[in-house]
Order: sequence, then C-alpha cells, then structure tokens
Amino acid sequence: MVAAPCCAADDCIIEARGLTKEFSGFVAVCNVDLRVRRGHIHALIGPNGAGKTTFFNLLTKFLAPTRGQILYRGEDITHAKPAEVARRGLVRSFQLSAVFPHLTALENVRIALQRTHPGTFHFWKREATLAVLNDRARELLELVDLGAFAAVVAVELPYGRKRALEIATTLAMDPQLMLLDEPTQGMGHEDVDRVTALIKQAAAQRTVLMVEHNMHVVSRIADTITVLQRGQIIASGSYAEVARNPLVMEAYMGAPDGELRGGH
Amino acid sequence: MRAQPVLYSLAVLFALAVPLLGIYPVFMMQLLCFAMFACAYNLLLGFGRMLSFGHAAFFGFAAYATGWLVSAHGWGPGFAILAGVAAAALLGLVIGALAIRRQGIYFAMITLALAQLVYFVCLEAPFTGGENGLQGIPRGTLFWLLPLHSDVVMYYVVLATFVAVFALIRRVVHSPFGQVLKAIRDNEPRAISLGYEINRYKLLAFVLSATLAGLAGSLKALVFGFVTLADVQQSTSGDVVLMTLLGGTGTFFGPVLGAGIVVTLQQYLSDVVGGWVTAIIGATFVACVLAFRRGIVGELTLLASRARRTLRPARG
Ligand SMILES: Nc1ncnc2c1ncn2[C@@H]1O[C@H](COP(=O)(O)OP(=O)(O)OP(=O)(O)O)[C@@H](O)[C@H]1O
Ligand SMILES: [Mg+2]
Repeated sequence: MVAAPCCAADDCIIEARGLTKEFSGFVAVCNVDLRVRRGHIHALIGPNGAGKTTFFNLLTKFLAPTRGQILYRGEDITHAKPAEVARRGLVRSFQLSAVFPHLTALENVRIALQRTHPGTFHFWKREATLAVLNDRARELLELVDLGAFAAVVAVELPYGRKRALEIATTLAMDPQLMLLDEPTQGMGHEDVDRVTALIKQAAAQRTVLMVEHNMHVVSRIADTITVLQRGQIIASGSYAEVARNPLVMEAYMGAPDGELRGGH
Repeated sequence: MRAQPVLYSLAVLFALAVPLLGIYPVFMMQLLCFAMFACAYNLLLGFGRMLSFGHAAFFGFAAYATGWLVSAHGWGPGFAILAGVAAAALLGLVIGALAIRRQGIYFAMITLALAQLVYFVCLEAPFTGGENGLQGIPRGTLFWLLPLHSDVVMYYVVLATFVAVFALIRRVVHSPFGQVLKAIRDNEPRAISLGYEINRYKLLAFVLSATLAGLAGSLKALVFGFVTLADVQQSTSGDVVLMTLLGGTGTFFGPVLGAGIVVTLQQYLSDVVGGWVTAIIGATFVACVLAFRRGIVGELTLLASRARRTLRPARG
C-alpha cells in the first residue's frame, strides 16, 4: 500500500468504487477504486489505451459504467446525467480540442457564463442582452492571456490558444472539480509552461484531476499520481513514490527520460 | 463599407416594385412561400445541424388545416392561418420530441418515417379530399379589414409576412437562445459538459422551424386556393433540402436564393422540357454540391471575406 492514502470521507471530493466498463467483452476500465482529495492536483497517467479517457467519461457520466459506483461530494452520482453533474460543479475538458469553432473567443467563454443567466431559451431577445456578461468573460480571457483575441472566431486561433480558451471556458463554470484530459498535448514548450502555470493557478481554489503524458508537467504540479495500465490501477502516490515503483518502471520500460510514456 | 444592408435594401425595393414591373404576382408569392419554407428549414439545418427529411409534413399539414377551416368551416384567413401554424407547431413538438433522441442519419430517418405517416393521414383522412386535395379555398378578408381577392393585395400580405419571418429568424439566430443553439451545433459534448440539457434547445429549434414552415404552407394554401398531396409529400421535403443547400446553409439569404432558383426552374423549365425538369434540377444540385459545398451565398461570402482580407493591408 502506498503512503498518503486518501483520507477522511469529507476530505475526498470524488470517489470511484469498483468502477468497471466493458465494451462488448473488452474491459477498458477494470474494477478501479480511486479517491481524489479536495484541493489536490491529481494526475492520471498511463500508456495509450490504458483507459484514462474512458475513466473520465465514466466519472462525468458520458458513459454508463458496467459495474461500480461513483460518489461526488458524498452523493451517489452513478445514475446522474452528464449535464446534471456539470451543473453540480464537476466539469471536464476533452482530449481533442473542445471549443465552439464558429463562435468568437468571447462567445465561447460567455456560453459557459450564460447558463446560469436567466433566459437561455429567450429566442426573441437581442444578443445585446448578454452584454452584461462580457466583462466577466473578458476577465477570464485575460486570465489565460487571450484578451487580445476576444473577437477572433475560435477556429482561427492557433492550437495552444484553443486549449487556453478551453480552460477559460471551463473556469467560467467555476467548477469544484476540473477534469482535464491531456491539456498540454501537442503544444510547444512555451504553451506547455503557460498552461501548466494556469492549471496550478486555477487549482488554488479547486480540485483538478488531469490526464497528462508530459512528466515534467506532472512532476511539477501534481500532488498525487495514479498510474493506470490496461484498465487497472498499478500504482498511486507522490511522484517520487510512483517513479520508484517497479511495476511502473516496467510499464514504462525504455521510455526516454522525463517522458514516462509507454506505447510509442 | 458593408455590402449587406445595401443588398437587403435593393432586394426589398425590388420586392416592393414587383407588381409594377409586370412580374406575375402569383409566381412571386409561390417563390416567397417556398423561400419562407427554406428559411425555416435552414434554422434547423444551418444553425442547429439537424437534417430533417420530413419538413413537408409541417408545410403540408398546416396548409390542409388552413384550407379545411376556411372552406369547410368558413373561418377567416387570419384565424385559419393561425390555426394552421398552431397545428404545425404541435406536430413539430411531437415529431421533434421523437426525432431528437437520435443524431445524424437516424434523426433524418425518424423525420422521414413520421412525415410518411403524416402523408398517409392526409391521404386517408375524411377532411383532406384524398387524391383530389382541397379545391376552391376562398381567400376571404383578413381580420375583417383587408380583402385578399386581389393578387396584388395578397402579394403584399405575403411579402410582409416573409419579411417578418426573415427578421424573426435573424433575431432567433442572434438571440441568447441562438448562441446556445450554435454552441450545440458546433460541439455537442462540450455543450453538455457546460451543463446544458441540449435536447431542450434542439426541441425548441425544431418546433420553431416546424412552426414557420407551417406558416409558409398555410399562406400557400390561400395564395393558390388549393392544397394537394404534393404539399405533404416526400418530394417537397426533398425540394426544401435542395433549396437550402443550393443557396447556402447557415447563411441568411442562401435559402431565399435557393428557393428562387428551384421555383423558377420548376416553373419555366417545365413548360419547355416537361418531366425532364426534375432531372435538370437534380443535376444542378449535384453539380453545386460538388463544386461549392457551402452553397452559392456561402461561397460568395467566403470570397468576399478573402478579398477584404487581401485588400486591407494594401489600403494601409
Ligand atoms: N466506445 C468504445 N468502444 C469500444 N472500445 C473502446 C471505446 N472507447 C474506448 N475503447 C477502448 O478502450 C481502451 C481504452 O481507451 P481510452 O481512450 O480510454 O484510452 P486512453 O488511456 O485515454 O488512451 P490515450 O492515451 O491514447 O488517450 C482502448 O483500447 C480503446 O480502444
Ligand atoms: Mg485518452
């Protein structure tokens, strides 16, 4: 057993118990028990196809588990709907860029702010009635360094900027728990550093569970790391503990330094 | 300088002058009814990315309802149109609620199947006149004030309604609801992950589209004074898809242009080439979809924005 086991029940924001997902016989996530501690940055790592995204889909209710239970802030959300858990503060990003491509950067962020604003069904009102949200939207854009891009249509933003926009949109929901699926994937050094700092900053007031392949990022900001392989947890603990674990070393055999990435 | 207001003003001026220009008003009314139908369809396809293959159900059912209330029950045209529109809205609520449970081609297939059901009802029901349809529907007097017998008066009523519908659709697209609808169109999972119950928004878009399609059908029943099975049948659903794609989905003026082209071809070409008109329209459609996928207005807008971008630095 690894040190720093998570914790008293009220210290734990989300808990998976025996979570399993089978795709017509193929077990993508197998009997996973995971507890994420409130206020932590918890990284989920593992080779390609380990089941990380599937696990995220289960937690956010985009997929129904074959077996198992999910507790969020002490409540059973195993049978909740995805939009419902999002409204309760469990907000995810997606592995592939998840912006609204034909809306401007400002509108992207505003969509998240708009949901709690009365009148999302008001089809007869002017768009100008949303202008009250623009200041907050601009603030969030500034936060991710996108202030100058407010009027740019998202599809025209460079890749790193799109990912930053996604984070701003997620932050606009003021989530209690942010699930980020490979937020730095495919980015250049500068963008990686910027996004890492951003996550660190965002995590000051909330919990983050993130899938991340970049070990520099993980070692710098993650409080806890869980390693998934073929749908199962093989190790869990701090970076130093996990890196020393023989099972993990075996799973990542031959991986170049600082890039504990298996599979390719 | 923005070209759009200028183009809109020209179009409105032309439309106002139609009776003076010696253009046959009934033809223009037919064109406007189909343009309205296509605009309603585009709200669903272009801004909600829902591909319906059964929109004639709303168009035709509203036309039957209006025609029947006028000819069998002596209703005035105003209330009969409102009733037809309400019928289309209800039908849209039922069909939409069933269809939005699925996406993409399955969505399309459900709308197709349910529209066939509506067609069957219109063929068999006692009040629709079966194979003959409803004939000799009088236009009557609009809200006790405006007699519609004259084609010119009727034309202006249809034109005013069309302008109102066009403006309403623009408003819907640029409303708080429109923002959410476009977000769902762009990225459904992301909209869900932001807490939106997307099916409610899709249903509202579906009902709005069905309602406005119904308005177009009801008006057409009064313009021509008859309703036939052609108004509810599959080929009419196909026509509206074609008009919208041809003109440009997700553009405001595209469906109007598309309807103009298709209606004109159907009208004038069928005198010359007879049954071949269907083949010619089909070929035009294939050519357009292959050559410019965004539709005519979509491609022109793209060209214009490219030109603007290359011009801007030159001007300094
Ligand atoms: N809808 C599905 N149907 C069938 N198999 C699936 C489905 N989704 C995922 N899988 C399979 O489940 C396994 C885990 O996939 P998942 O996407 O969760 O991996 P991952 O850890 O996120 O990998 P990556 O690092 O490449 O993103 C893979 O073998 C994948 O092929
Ligand atoms: Mg993945």
